Amino acid sequence: MGLDIRSPIGILFTIYGAMLIIYGLVADPSIFVSSMEVNIDVWWGVAMLVFGLIMGILAFRASRRGAS
Amino acid sequence: MHLHFVDYAIIAIYFFFVLGIGFALRGRMKTSEDFFLSGRSIPGWITGLAFMSANLGALEVMGHAANAAKYGMFVNHFYWLAAMPAMCFVGVFMMPFYYGSKVRSVPEYLRKRYDEKTRTLNALSFALMTLLVSGVDLYAMAILFERLLHWPFGASVVASAVVVAIYIYLGGLTSSIYNEVLQFFLIVFGFLPLAILGLKAVGGFAGLEAKLPNVGYAHTWANIWHASQNPMGINWFGTIFGLGFVLSFGYWCTDFLVVQRGLAAKDMPSAQRTPLVAAVPKMFFPLMVVLPGLVAIALDPTLTKYLNGRYDNALPAMLGKFYPSGLLGIGLTALLASFMSGMAGNVTAFNTVWTFDIYQTHVNPGQHDSHYLKMGRFATIFAVAVGIGTAFIVLRFNNLMDYLQLLFAFFNAPLFGTFLLGMFWKRTSAHSGFWGLLCGILAAATHYSLYHYHVILYPSDMAANFYQAIWAFSVCVLVTVLVTLFTEPRKEEELVGLVYSLTPKPRNQDLPWYERPGILAVGILALCAVLNIIFW
Repeated sequence: MGLDIRSPIGILFTIYGAMLIIYGLVADPSIFVSSMEVNIDVWWGVAMLVFGLIMGILAFRASRRGAS
Repeated sequence: MHLHFVDYAIIAIYFFFVLGIGFALRGRMKTSEDFFLSGRSIPGWITGLAFMSANLGALEVMGHAANAAKYGMFVNHFYWLAAMPAMCFVGVFMMPFYYGSKVRSVPEYLRKRYDEKTRTLNALSFALMTLLVSGVDLYAMAILFERLLHWPFGASVVASAVVVAIYIYLGGLTSSIYNEVLQFFLIVFGFLPLAILGLKAVGGFAGLEAKLPNVGYAHTWANIWHASQNPMGINWFGTIFGLGFVLSFGYWCTDFLVVQRGLAAKDMPSAQRTPLVAAVPKMFFPLMVVLPGLVAIALDPTLTKYLNGRYDNALPAMLGKFYPSGLLGIGLTALLASFMSGMAGNVTAFNTVWTFDIYQTHVNPGQHDSHYLKMGRFATIFAVAVGIGTAFIVLRFNNLMDYLQLLFAFFNAPLFGTFLLGMFWKRTSAHSGFWGLLCGILAAATHYSLYHYHVILYPSDMAANFYQAIWAFSVCVLVTVLVTLFTEPRKEEELVGLVYSLTPKPRNQDLPWYERPGILAVGILALCAVLNIIFW
C-alpha cells in the first residue's frame, strides 16, 4: 500500500489542535461572546490534538510492526 | 465577519496536505486499473469512510441543513428511512454481484447482464448527471465565499476546483479515496461544535422545540399520515415508497459515485463492509446538519436576521454566528473538505465511466492501457471545467436538495428498476433492460414537464420529486416486464455471477461475527429503529 493515511491525518490534527489551543489562550476573550462565552478554541483544540495523537500513534505502531 | 491570520493559516495548511497526498501517490499510478479502481487493494474501513465522504458533498451538509430549515425534522427520513436500509441492502445483497463479477463500473455490469445498448444509455445518462451534480458543489462554494467572506466569487471557486483536479490527476481514485478519509474527519470535527453551541444557544432540545415555527418541525414521523399536516406536504405513501424505496435504493445501490468505492476494496468481505462501515457515521449525521438547520430557523423564523432570504445559507450563517476565529478556520476548512470530497467523488466516477464505457467502447477501442490512463487524466480536467459551468444552472434553484433529488428522480429511479429485475429475476431478457430504462427516463421527463407547466400540482418541489421517482420507477419496471414476456430469455449459464438465484452465496462462516455483513446490517437497522422512536 505504501501510504498509511493515518499518518497525514495524525499530523494534520495535531497541528490544528496545537494551533487552536495556542490561539484560544492568547486571543482577546471578547471573541468568545459569540460562542456562548465558552473558550471553544481551547476545548476543541484539545479534542483535535488528542485525536491527532491517537491516529499518529496507531500509524507509528503499524509501521514498526510492518518493518520488523 | 472577517477572518484572522489563524483562519487563513488553517485553510492554507489544509490545501498543503490535500495536494501532498496527491503527490505522494503520483508514482503509484501505472495502469488504468490503478488509476480508476485503486488496483482493488484498499482496506474496508478506508473504502467505507470514503463511501461516506463521497456522499458528503456540499449537497449533504449545506443542502440538508437548508432542508431542515425549510421542512423541519422530517429531513431525518433521508437518513433513517432512506439511507440505512438501502446501504445495508447494497452491502449484503448487491456488492457480491458488483465485486464478484469483476466489472469496472456500474454500466459495465449492465452490459454483462443485459446488452451493449443498455450500458451505453446508462453510461451517457450517468455522465450527464454527474456533470450536473458536480456543479452543486461549486455553487455551494460560491455561496460560501461570496456571502460569508465577501471573497471574489470566481477566483475562489476556480482555485478550489483546480486543487481537486490536481490531486485526482496525480493519484486517481486512490488519491480521491485517501483525501476523502481525511476530509471525513475534518467534516466531523468542523461541524460537531456547531451542534453543541447551537443547542446551548436555544436552551437544549426543549428550548429548540418551543422556538420552532410550528410543532410539525420537531417530529420525524408524527405528522406523516396526511400531506397537509407536515411542512413538506407529502403523505406516508410518497415518503416511504418514493424516498424510502425508489430514490434511496436508486442512489445507494446503483450510483457509481458510491459503488466505485466498494470496487476499490481489497477483497469481497471488505467490499461488502464498505457501505456498512459508512452507515454508522451516516446514522448520526442529522446531529451535524439537521440540528444546525433547525437552530437557524428557530433563531431566524422570518429568514431576515441571519439567513438573508435563502434556506441554503443556514449552515454558513450558523458557522458565522457561533464560531470565533480559530474554530472558524476549522469550520470553513470542513466546508471546503465537504465540497472537495463531493466534487472528487463525481469527477472520479465520471472519468471512469467516460473512459471505459464510452471512449474505450465506442470511440477508440483496442488501444494500449497507457492510452486509457492518459484519457482518464484528461477526462478529470474536462469534468472539473464543465462542473464550473453547471454551477450556473444550479443558481436557478432556491434549494440545493430540490435540484439534486430532481436529477436523481430522472436518472437513478428508473435505473433501480432495471437493476432490481436484472439481479433478482433471471427471466429478464437482454432487450428489456434498454426499453425499460428509456421509458423510465421518458416518464420522468413527462412528469417533470407536466409539473413545470402546472398541469399537475404538488404542495412542494420535494413532493413532486418523490412522485416523479415513483412514476419513473414504476414505468421502468412495467415496460421491462412486458418486453421480457415477449422476448427470449438469456441462457442461464451466461448469467452465473450476475443474477441472485444463479450465483453461489459468499461464504462468511470463517469470519468473526463482527465482520459478517449480515450481522452488521441487522445491528445497524436495530440502532436506526431506536433513533426513529426517540425522535418520533
